Amino acid sequence: MSVTTLSSQALAQRQPSWLVRLFDYKPFLIVMCLAPAIGLLAVFLTYPLGLGIWLAFTDTTIGRRGVFVGFENFQYLLTDPLWWNAVFYSVVYTGIATFGKFALGFWLALLLNNHFPFKSILRAIILLPWIVPTVLSALAFWWIYDPQFSIISYLLVDVLHWRSTNVDFLGSAWPARFSLIAANIWRGIPFVAISLLAGLQTISPSLYEAAMLDGASAWQRFRYITFPMMMPILAIVMTFSIIFTFTDFQLVYAITRGGPVNSTHLLATLAFQRGIAGGELGEGAAIAVSMIPFLIFATLFSYFGLARRKWQQGESND
Amino acid sequence: MRNDITRRDALALGLSAAALAAGTPANAQSAIKAADVPAPKLAIEKGATLRMLRPVRFVQADEDVFRANATKFTKETGVEVKVDFVGWEDINQQTAVTANSGAGPDIIIGFSDAPHIYIDKLIELTDVADYVGKKYGGWLPLAQRYGKKNKSDAWIGLPFGATAGPLIYRKSILQSVGFDKVPEDHAGILDLSQKLHKAGKPAGFALGNAKGDGNGFANWALWSHNASLLDEEGNVIINSKETIAALNWVKQIYPTFIAGTPSWNDVSNNRAYSSQEISLTANGVSLYFSLKNDPATKAIADDSEHQLLPKGLAKVSPMAGLTLNAMVFKHSPYPNAAKAFLQYMLEKDQYEPWLNANSGYWSQPLAAYAEAAVWKGDPKVSIFKDTMNSTYYDGYKGPISTATGAVSADYVLIQMCASVATSAATPEAAAAEAEQRCKRYFRRQK
Repeated sequence: MSVTTLSSQALAQRQPSWLVRLFDYKPFLIVMCLAPAIGLLAVFLTYPLGLGIWLAFTDTTIGRRGVFVGFENFQYLLTDPLWWNAVFYSVVYTGIATFGKFALGFWLALLLNNHFPFKSILRAIILLPWIVPTVLSALAFWWIYDPQFSIISYLLVDVLHWRSTNVDFLGSAWPARFSLIAANIWRGIPFVAISLLAGLQTISPSLYEAAMLDGASAWQRFRYITFPMMMPILAIVMTFSIIFTFTDFQLVYAITRGGPVNSTHLLATLAFQRGIAGGELGEGAAIAVSMIPFLIFATLFSYFGLARRKWQQGESND
Repeated sequence: MRNDITRRDALALGLSAAALAAGTPANAQSAIKAADVPAPKLAIEKGATLRMLRPVRFVQADEDVFRANATKFTKETGVEVKVDFVGWEDINQQTAVTANSGAGPDIIIGFSDAPHIYIDKLIELTDVADYVGKKYGGWLPLAQRYGKKNKSDAWIGLPFGATAGPLIYRKSILQSVGFDKVPEDHAGILDLSQKLHKAGKPAGFALGNAKGDGNGFANWALWSHNASLLDEEGNVIINSKETIAALNWVKQIYPTFIAGTPSWNDVSNNRAYSSQEISLTANGVSLYFSLKNDPATKAIADDSEHQLLPKGLAKVSPMAGLTLNAMVFKHSPYPNAAKAFLQYMLEKDQYEPWLNANSGYWSQPLAAYAEAAVWKGDPKVSIFKDTMNSTYYDGYKGPISTATGAVSADYVLIQMCASVATSAATPEAAAAEAEQRCKRYFRRQK
């Protein structure tokens, strides 16, 4: 039996290659692992957002490359009554619709949290307004609100004889605004109700049992157990709801296109109207960018709503 | 109750009719005169293929005959032509992308002002325009306005036809309130509208964000009072005493309309008229055909008449037509083939069957085609024959530009009228606000 010894050259050859050593280098490995995610974010998030913000500072139009104009678009918007009107209605629309969705959604979630026959089927049915494509539900509401052919008018005028004329839902400013808010509430309730129902089901029944032994009333159980325990999920769902409502487009565009007399333009519909239909890409982008402060406010609202709850960080709540 | 899709279906003449129209030799019974003019020498590039976009058909036979003509061109020249039909709302965006990227279709048939917006990206079509113009009796005024570069004889677009929205009314209802037709003066129109309202069959004109009907009514209200968006030099003159007079008149007549017109879109007046809620509105020929082709509503069609929009203070009926306007892009590797194709499609053998197949929906841009059979059938359709004789257009009476289309697309003039009608603003305030918005759009056009 012969014994061979490895030469120093052979030993050197068995050393890991530079590529292997490179991937063993921790900082490089971190960069390589993060690169795909960063690339995706850059392509699908940063680039469109950056381009939108850049356009807001130019006078680009469809068919014409723009030049940098600084804050000119924003200065113009501050003098534009229609932009102010859109800001006003966006805030009103978001405020009232969010309040309506949460009041009704929370109530619905509490009802669905009880034990009753066919619970699963009813929960599935509740989701219907949410899963129907927005444009389809918008078209349905457009018919419901039609000045001549509304089913509501038909019931009130022809069936019940409570009115002599049709209801003109969309023909003047405030009725049109409230009609759109009602449609948005109808569409948004399932999202709120199902999300809050999921939260309700995480609350331990033992808390309620203990409270009942202590003689707490139903209101006290809601006030001191349900509501505080639901705060984190309420804050998250409300943030999403505010963002979805504030940036709503389809309902308004399909039903009124911002009319009558531009009274129902949200910032999103006005941005589309000016940027795409009107061809003023720079101005449309500026209107879209002007939504960002409102959206940041909504996000911060959620962040601080959650962060102050110490128990989420593993500490007891004050 | 009917919807727009149903009406389109009702309008469709069917494949058999289209095939008949395409297959019948145009010369067989044609009354169209063609002058003996030498055609421009267009050396078609070797191996040329073409791709074109055009707005989707409103009448099925429009597409069928158009495709049949394109196939004939391929057979005769060997040039493959791929024609894509896109939605009316999408054609502007697709044209913008094509123009900005310098890639895509060789030819796009857009709407009225499109060539003026992308003028730097297009090749001149003057040789073809001059040839077919001389051969077929000359280009009509609206075709010249939209086809030629502003203040120039250079052609940047080749108009293929236009559709209009004249008045349509119920003859028996007008007679019941003492009118044979709609008066030409504003006081008379107001009187008629008040009487129709009292009779429970009111008038209704779109005051909502309706691209076609809403802009049609707003423009007519202004033009019939001799008001206009621009002067001849392109200055915004919307805030004028004529505009204030027009707005005051709109404020007077609005209460006589059926309720809800500020929320009307482009199908609302069709539905209200079809269901006999209103007796007077303005619309394209499509409404009449939908009523005529449905046995359930044929009696309404029989009782309906068309009339050009009333003159008011204008010398002629102030009615503009929505025009199909063909462009050839500089990025096309086969510009001669593209020009030859457009020329071929405007020649009598192809154009006449196509015009007839459209049943009056599109009217001709060349004078000689006024003799086409389509205008000699139903007398209630013949009013559409002179659509392109109009001297009114979007942006009247200034130069056509990107901004004239933008003002229309942003509903600036409709909202000016609607805000006064609904008492949301005074005429003076509404005109001032419209002026501010228009000046914004026109700030780069000078």
